[in-house]
Amino acid sequence: MSTPDASFLTSALPSLLAIGGMALVTYLTRAAGLAVMSRLTVSGRLERFMKAIPGAILASIVAPSALAAGPAEALATLATALVAWRSSNLPLAMAAGVAVVLALRFALG
Amino acid sequence: MRTHADLIRFSLPGLLAGFRNCLPVALGVAVYGILFGLLARQKGLTLVETQSMSLFVFAGASQLIALDLWSTNLSSGLPVLSLILTTLIVNLRHVLMGAALSPWLTRLTSGQAFGSLFFMTDESWALTLGRMIEDKRLAREPDGAFLLGSGLCVYAFWNLSTALGHTLVRGLDDPAKYGLDFAFTAVFTALLVGLKPRRQDILPLIVATATALACARLLPGKWYILAGAVAGGLAAALGPAPVSPSASAPAPGSTPRQP
Repeated sequence: MSTPDASFLTSALPSLLAIGGMALVTYLTRAAGLAVMSRLTVSGRLERFMKAIPGAILASIVAPSALAAGPAEALATLATALVAWRSSNLPLAMAAGVAVVLALRFALG
Repeated sequence: MRTHADLIRFSLPGLLAGFRNCLPVALGVAVYGILFGLLARQKGLTLVETQSMSLFVFAGASQLIALDLWSTNLSSGLPVLSLILTTLIVNLRHVLMGAALSPWLTRLTSGQAFGSLFFMTDESWALTLGRMIEDKRLAREPDGAFLLGSGLCVYAFWNLSTALGHTLVRGLDDPAKYGLDFAFTAVFTALLVGLKPRRQDILPLIVATATALACARLLPGKWYILAGAVAGGLAAALGPAPVSPSASAPAPGSTPRQP
């Protein structure tokens, strides 16, 4: 442990600024959606845009890892979707997806 | 000014329901938290720096990307501005996520809503959205504390695991070896199925998927999520209006299509 002095402040300042700035901009992104939407009246095309956003975000999150990672991942995504559709049980669907991807990665090498 | 009647419940049972529902997902998050803590120590971040990032930034993908940029090289110094700018870009998708939850968040007090949003992650956002849509379908009164509860669950597991990774864990297998990398794909797939897409949702979903696939190949970081989401939204906004608008009165200018 070094004794706290002026050099401690100058060496800690950049990381303090970086982490503080990262925290600030991240919170701004989290708060901005509500801040904007609470000032808007949503109807017509904007309403249709907003209604499509949840599904579009979820589809975009999974697309690369589900469809572009290989046959094991694509088939496991299909299995996950089937279990989710039949059971509406999230932990079960998650476990099924992980089990199927493990088995297929092993089987398909 | 909101009237009391507009507000929805924000209760401890709702918070606990959110926390409980998020537990399986939070366990998956913790695997990546340990990985982050471990990598942060290897990169030369102190425990205080690592934990400050987890406590105050609290965004897994951008924290991992920040490690790539982090250089303790004394001559060039820390690239403070690029760290902040990259974090902003990686997290821009939160704007659309928060907007998508606004029908419920505007029915909380500002303090409840903007406080809960600090803890919003991809995982807690998706779970909350699924819950709110299920509430609507079952005509059950929504509880606004679900977002905070699921967010706190991820927060607790993320912070404990990054601290653990920095202090105790000396080595970690590749999560892919146990199929754990696929856990998130599985969760988001199940939540997408839970949205029960209808016919008018198919085109936006296809456009979002195709755009995300193309952008994941061409662009770095998490741009593909934002790009796919915006493309899907535009496809819905610019495409034909649904045959039976769910709103009680059709918006001016939107003529229902003839069968």
